[in-house]
Parts: sequence; structure tokens; C-alpha cells
Amino acid sequence: MLKLDNVSKVYKVGAFGAQELVAVRDLSFQVSAGEVVSLIGESGSGKSTIGKMILQLSPITRGTITFDGTDVSRLKGRALKDYYRRAQGVFQDPFSSYNPIFKADRIFKMIKDAYFSGVSRHEWESKLEASMDAVSLDASQVLHKYPHQLSGGQLQRLLIARALLLDIQFLVADEIISMLDASTRIDVLNLLADLKDRGLGILFITHDLSLGNYISERTVILRHGVIVEMGATAKVFGNPQHPYTQMLLASVPQLHRKWAEIEADLLATPTETDGQRRPISHVDTIAAVELDALDSALVEFESDHFVRRSGALAREAAGATTETAT
Amino acid sequence: MSLTVDGLKVYYRTLRGDVHALDGVSFTIADGEIMGLAGESGCGKSTLGNSLIYLSGRMKYIEGRVEIDGEQLPIWDFSAMNEYRLKRVSIIPQYAMSALNPTRKIGKMTAELLRSRGVAYKSVVGELLRRLELVGLSEDVLHRYPIELSGGMKQRAVMVLSTILDPSLLVADEITSALDVSTQKAVMEMLSEFRERGFVKSTIVITHDISILYQVADTIMVMYAGQPAEKAAANVIIESPRHPYSRLLISSLPEVGVRYDEKRLVGIPGTPPGLLTPPVGCRFSDRCPVAFEKCVEQPPFVEVEPGHFVACWKES
Repeated sequence: MLKLDNVSKVYKVGAFGAQELVAVRDLSFQVSAGEVVSLIGESGSGKSTIGKMILQLSPITRGTITFDGTDVSRLKGRALKDYYRRAQGVFQDPFSSYNPIFKADRIFKMIKDAYFSGVSRHEWESKLEASMDAVSLDASQVLHKYPHQLSGGQLQRLLIARALLLDIQFLVADEIISMLDASTRIDVLNLLADLKDRGLGILFITHDLSLGNYISERTVILRHGVIVEMGATAKVFGNPQHPYTQMLLASVPQLHRKWAEIEADLLATPTETDGQRRPISHVDTIAAVELDALDSALVEFESDHFVRRSGALAREAAGATTETAT
Repeated sequence: MSLTVDGLKVYYRTLRGDVHALDGVSFTIADGEIMGLAGESGCGKSTLGNSLIYLSGRMKYIEGRVEIDGEQLPIWDFSAMNEYRLKRVSIIPQYAMSALNPTRKIGKMTAELLRSRGVAYKSVVGELLRRLELVGLSEDVLHRYPIELSGGMKQRAVMVLSTILDPSLLVADEITSALDVSTQKAVMEMLSEFRERGFVKSTIVITHDISILYQVADTIMVMYAGQPAEKAAANVIIESPRHPYSRLLISSLPEVGVRYDEKRLVGIPGTPPGLLTPPVGCRFSDRCPVAFEKCVEQPPFVEVEPGHFVACWKES
């Protein structure tokens, strides 16, 4: 449904834009209908930039993003409005997504004015009710209230309800639950899973590996704007191949295993690729990743599991399997 | 006992009345203990941490006793607390990265900070450099402005500054929430390292992320709506929590390896009560699945097993 082909984003920085900062480099992946793809990366990895480019909030420097076969970067005017009818985004901070001067349900009125100006009041109300139901919100509790009177979870669900009014097929969810409390965040996450079951394609952008693992079918791990590993979630998390992914997984705080135990396990098992002990510490991993920053390619390690390898290793693997991924 | 808090009440002054942010908090921390403080936003965990160091103008001390190493801490008296701050009790604030003065180089700022405590910079500079090296920073950072350092470096610099005079108690308030997972791990491990080396005697680690506490804390105290709900050893809280709130909270946490189609986690319905006019009785009762008649009375925070305190009528 949504497809990114060799997408790059370069920011001009410094005086008169003299320097270039590559935020995203040659990125390709796709999201199908009824699928959650999680985009995982640390700060500065370019994950939010990708979400913005998909929603045309930020121009693409190179490459193309296509949605059902149409290039979204060329959309203008009526065509762009039509695109927003099908693709929407919900962002990190629910408190700053609203204008505090107006009541929170103004976001619904804006949608009605822009897209459903001809719809009768009765029809609109039943539509509104249906989408509030879908996010399990009680209309009497949230309508006609100001943003400060509602909780973060309620505000975030109102934003999802707003997106649902438009019969969307694709949702960019950029860190939508990182501002929520532990007791309510899981409900919003389950809501995304329900939407996916109804055929929505979701790009779930997060820095939290456990959330990505909980909800997504496929995972893309980003570092400095480059995909280091991607594929089926079970494969990426179950058998991580890239040292950066391994380091991330080893650093995630877990509930039933301590960091020391995880490190001991990892040191005991040599990697299949080079027979050496896996680099664990942050510094080692950075060095290992920096090495292959430029001369490297994504290689299919097993079906639906791609790993970035340095140039020489990649060519070797390509010769062996005759299969390379762009 | 390194720290004893008994019946502490601290309210926030607002135009609509007093917000009962801390409403009768009692607990103790042993020498060398790292206690994790967990709870939802607004449960009073940061208020508790702050009130041990610095009562801001909006905070009002009501009653309660705080003792550090057997000596009473005059937390209601702003200037009397100057004797204790940094030397006996110290804090790494929630936004430690922005706690550094942007117009001073780190070294100069440290010197000013120490002078305000009546300590000569020269007498600690050797130790300062040793500790900076321990956390992976070179002497060079002392000659830099905060803007020249990365978030992780600033965080580590603040950690060293906060503990330079070897305080008995260190409060670390959400020190990792703005950091990446890899840096987060390094910073947390540093906290236990500081304890091993005797830079601090005991530590309170405040975070909303219980899985981080499991990694470094010896004990965990779960707070709800301004009151402690449960306190026990970290693995006891994670493996066999007894308060219904901690049980629901811990079962709602996604972990690496848990997928929604295999094991669907559920949140806790409802929201915490407003603390402007807190409800009488158990404050969790309207969200609690096992609430019964007795819950209209306030449950005491009692020791049900050695070292395991719970405030619930079902358990006491």
C-alpha cells in the first residue's frame, strides 16, 4: 500500500546552508494493508523525519514515496486533500496537538468543514459516534471540554477518532504513547491492534523496543538515517544479527531478567557469522557500526529478514545466495 | 537507618485550595539501599523527592518528620536546609540537562557551587577529576560550556557534581527519561557504581519505568495518589506484588517477547482521583477489582512480611 523507494532527506545547516546533514539515507521499505510496521531508532535516527515525509509535512530530497501507486510528493491542492482523507498521523505530545484556547472537539468540526460540509447533522453525529466507539471513548465525558480538562489518554484517543472519521487506510503513529501513563498506554496500544485487524496499515514509530515487539508484524531498525536491520518482528527480535540491534536488545530494561544475566548469555553464544564474541558495550558497537556506514548494503539473511553488512561481506553473501536487497 | 520519613504531608498551594500531593508518607531506607520510587504521573513521587531537598514556594509543609542518619532534617526551613544540601542530601533534578547554567563553563560553575557551600574548589578538584574519569569524561569538560556537551555527557557531569561532597542521600529524579536506551543503561549502572564506591550512602531513584527499577534498585516503593501503596524488595514487587494496584500495573507492562496476539495485556480502567479533595478511605478503591465494604476506611501501611509493606485491607 505505502512504499518508500530510496528515500533520502538532506537538511541544509550552518550559515547560508553551507553544510549538509543527511537525516535519512536511501531508505526503502513498505507497509501493506492490515499490517503494523514499527520503525525503531534512538534519537536522531531520522524516524520522525520519515513520518513527516510520508504525510508530506516535510519535502523529500531524493527518492519516491508512493501510496497505492501514486507518488505522494507530487500531490497538490485537491489531490493532496484527497490523500489526507486516506492517510493521517497522530503525534507524540497530545497536550501540544490541541489549541488550548478552543474546546478539544473543535478538531472534529475542522474535519467536518474541510471534508464533510455537505453531510447532514444527523448523519454526521452518527458518524462521530461510530468513531468515538471505535476508540472506546464516552462522548458525554469528552465532548464540549477544553484540552486541560481531559487526560493524555483521552486526548490521544480523540486524535485517533479524528483520523478515523476520514475512512483512513494508513496511519502514522509517531511515539503516540510515550507521553501516557503505564496504566493507560496499553489500552491505546490495543486500540491500534484493533484498527489493524480492521485493515488499517500502521507505521508505528517508537524508541521503545518492547512496544514495537508487542504490536508489530514487521520491524525496521534505524540508525543515523540508515536501516541496519529489518524483517519479521519475531525474526529481528528472536535472532538479531546486526551488532547495533543486539546492543539495543541487551540494553532494554526487562522485568524478569537483569542486565548482567543478558550480557552473560550473549557472551556465551558466539555469532554464526564470524564466530567471535558479540560486541556488547556501547563504544564497541558504535565502532562496529561506524565501520560500515558507507560501504554497506542490506543483505537478506533469511526469508523476510534483512541485515546491513559491510561492502565485502555483502558481496560475499550476494554471491552465495544471489539475492540482494536494495 | 539512613533515612526515616514518618507521616510526611506536603501540599501545593493553588487558587482553588490545597492539593494534597503527599498525604501521610512513611518509610525507611537502610544504609546502602537503592530504593526505586514508581507510580503514575501526579502520584507525588517527584514531590516526595523534591521535598527532601528543596521546598519551592508553592509547596507547603504540613506535618511529618524526616530524619537522616538519626538527625532531624528541617525541611520546612529553607535556609536551615542549606547546611544539609549537597553535603548530606543531594538531588539530580528531573531536567538535569537544563540544570546547568548556560553562561558558565562547567568548571567555573562547579567552583561557584562549592564556594556557596563553603568548600574550596582546590580541595576537591583532584577527586572531581577522578570521578569525571570514572564516568568517562575527560578534564576537558570543565573548560566547556553546557551547550558543547551531548545530553548523556551533561547528565553524567551533573551526576558527578551532585555527589561530589559524598551525600548520605541522593535523589535521582527521572534521570533517564530523555536518554536513549543504551545511554540509559550506562547511567543507571553508574548509580550502583556510585553506591559501591561509597560516593553516596543511599539513593532514591524516581522513574515511571518499573523495568528500569528492577535492574538497579534493591527495593521498590509504589505510590498512588499521594500515598505509598506497597514497598518491598525489587524482585518481590515484580514477581509477587500484593497490592492490587501494583499487581495491575505490573501485569500491564509490555516486555520484549510479549505479543498482543498471544497475550493481550490490559490497562487499569479509570483515572487516579483528583488530589484537591482526595476521597476518604482507600484512594484506589474506585478502580480496584477486589474493593469491598472496608475500603471506605483508610488502610494502614503495614508490614505483612519482613520488609514488605502494603496498604490494603485485603492483605493486612
